[in-house]
Amino acid sequence: MSAVLLLGEMPPLFSPAWISANAPALLVVMSLLSGPVAVLLWRGRLAWAWAGLISLLAFALTLILYGQVLHQGVVSYAMGDWAPPLGIVYRIDALNMLALLLVAGMGLLSVVYGLPAVLREIEPKKQALFFAAFLLNLTGLFGVSITGDAFNVFVFLEIASISTYVLVAMGAGTDRRALTASFNYLVLGTIGATFFVIGIGLIYMATGTLNMADITAQLHGRGDDRVVRAAFAFIVIGLGLKMAMFPLHTWLPNAYTYSPSMAGTFLASTGTKVAFYALVRFIFGVFIPGSAFDSVIFDLVLAPMAIAGMIICSVQALFQNNIRKLLAYSSVAQLGYMLMGLSMGTAAGLSAGLLHMFNHALMKGALFMGAGIFALSYGVRRIHDLRGMGQLMPLTAAAFSVAGLSLVGAPLFAGFVSKYYLVMAALERGWWWAAAAVILSSVLAIFYVGRMLEAMYLRKPAEIDGAPLKPRPAPMLALVPLLILAAANIYFFFDASLPKGLADAAAAALLGGGAS
Amino acid sequence: MDSWHYLTGHFNYIVVIILMMTGLYIVISTGNLVKKLVGLGVFQTSVFQLYITMGKIHGGTPPILQSAHEGSEAHGAVIRNAPVPIAQSLADVPIDGVIYSNPVPHVLILTAIVVGVATLAVGLALVVRIQESYGSVEEDDLREADYQSAAEPAK
Repeated sequence: MSAVLLLGEMPPLFSPAWISANAPALLVVMSLLSGPVAVLLWRGRLAWAWAGLISLLAFALTLILYGQVLHQGVVSYAMGDWAPPLGIVYRIDALNMLALLLVAGMGLLSVVYGLPAVLREIEPKKQALFFAAFLLNLTGLFGVSITGDAFNVFVFLEIASISTYVLVAMGAGTDRRALTASFNYLVLGTIGATFFVIGIGLIYMATGTLNMADITAQLHGRGDDRVVRAAFAFIVIGLGLKMAMFPLHTWLPNAYTYSPSMAGTFLASTGTKVAFYALVRFIFGVFIPGSAFDSVIFDLVLAPMAIAGMIICSVQALFQNNIRKLLAYSSVAQLGYMLMGLSMGTAAGLSAGLLHMFNHALMKGALFMGAGIFALSYGVRRIHDLRGMGQLMPLTAAAFSVAGLSLVGAPLFAGFVSKYYLVMAALERGWWWAAAAVILSSVLAIFYVGRMLEAMYLRKPAEIDGAPLKPRPAPMLALVPLLILAAANIYFFFDASLPKGLADAAAAALLGGGAS
Repeated sequence: MDSWHYLTGHFNYIVVIILMMTGLYIVISTGNLVKKLVGLGVFQTSVFQLYITMGKIHGGTPPILQSAHEGSEAHGAVIRNAPVPIAQSLADVPIDGVIYSNPVPHVLILTAIVVGVATLAVGLALVVRIQESYGSVEEDDLREADYQSAAEPAK
């Protein structure tokens, strides 16, 4: 159903009916306008409260949209009442909804978590600017997830990316390597975005339209077209750079390691996931699945890269000494799982990949939050320094371990569910080697997560001048979101119906078949 | 002669490819961060040219409605209310006997230029901060300094 309202029927401003009818636009416009307001508020705590309020409202709007999607299937909203395909349309189906829920939920939790870390890590006059950059980042990620217009994706992707460069660079207060990390990310991110926009341009040349649904309609019955094929290649490489697909991931480890704790948490759990969403959307929702070049790229490009990423980056993670760098390499490996699900090209595989996208955000969010709390309380950055944390900070260590076990894919934790579906989908497709790679990579994960757990629980606390460290309470504001995420990691093992339902619906809609 | 026609017919695209490869090569080959940004700028400029080229329609005039008095209202209403099949509305069919160039790529690329300016601004700001804290903008020096500080025991 179209949410387009004719003039005259417009409900009064800010009434519930108005909000629910305009929720897609409000979500993006509200977060966009709130960024400059955060700059004007100037004081760190004020800006934090403002960012918290906006993320809360955004989360509420996302829930309203979720209700509408459950009710109607697809919500489409014509911007400024200009009818598609000429106007820009915001189109929300199950796939968008999964990305939106992820961004809104993790955004809210990251803001709540962020205050103690930001007050410590960032100099006072930059704190408000940090939250402004965060709100703009939120805008960009919402925009990418919600829009049904191909060029719009580029614009929002760049809003998200440019604000991410700023967020990462703000880590310079604690480590100057944040600056070079941010610069490298900027160069590679811009190359990725430019490749993406070249691809969009080529599509526009071939079809004369930018509306995603209309592009698909124009491409039907077109046959093999060299311009379209080039566009496909540019878009896959461009989004691959943004999502840190295996050989294009070199910007990611340093950017995650040296960014401020709150930025690291939010980026690790949303940034690459939204780029993955965009890749899924373009491969299955814009280009036509099953055409000749798709199957070649799935079997010979994406699947091998996914496996290489899963194994090589897990091995790299094994040899890291810095906690956050270990988590960052593990993120690249986990992106390999999602890519693997996508490259199977079956509804079951895609659904498993999307489910893993959701679960990975939960576990990596919790792990980065935990690492941030250790750094905040004891200045712990290396795995060696984690020793004795199980005694010193029992709650944080427990939540960190839950997320770590979820990362490994142990039963009783959410990570197990998505890996199970992934392995089953691989076997169903006849890709036993893919299933083997998933299991091998999980075994490697046991080792690198095990190194951290061993240090936390089996080693004695560090001593300073002969006296062991004293327990210090974790900041409550930081601890609560971490515990919520850890609980979510357990909850979604027992009842994965929310993400699984959305992932199945998305895969079914994109591939036109039912998921198992 | 065929290849001559091919070259002249695709002149803009050839320039785009040369610029694109030049820019990408500068980004990869140089170790100086400012020069990297220059290369990035050249790379992005090639895309601007690609978009502008595709907006040109043979024999097309600038896309300003010529029969403005009675025409603009009518066309506006058509586009606004009824979803016009794209093939009809944007193909190079004359409207009131006039062929217009396609304005959409120009508008798109204005947005991309703004994005490019913002990226350049953030990039240069980062270079300034890097110069302040490392005292150099050469990649080799930065790497050397990072190794040095990594070798020292962490505080």
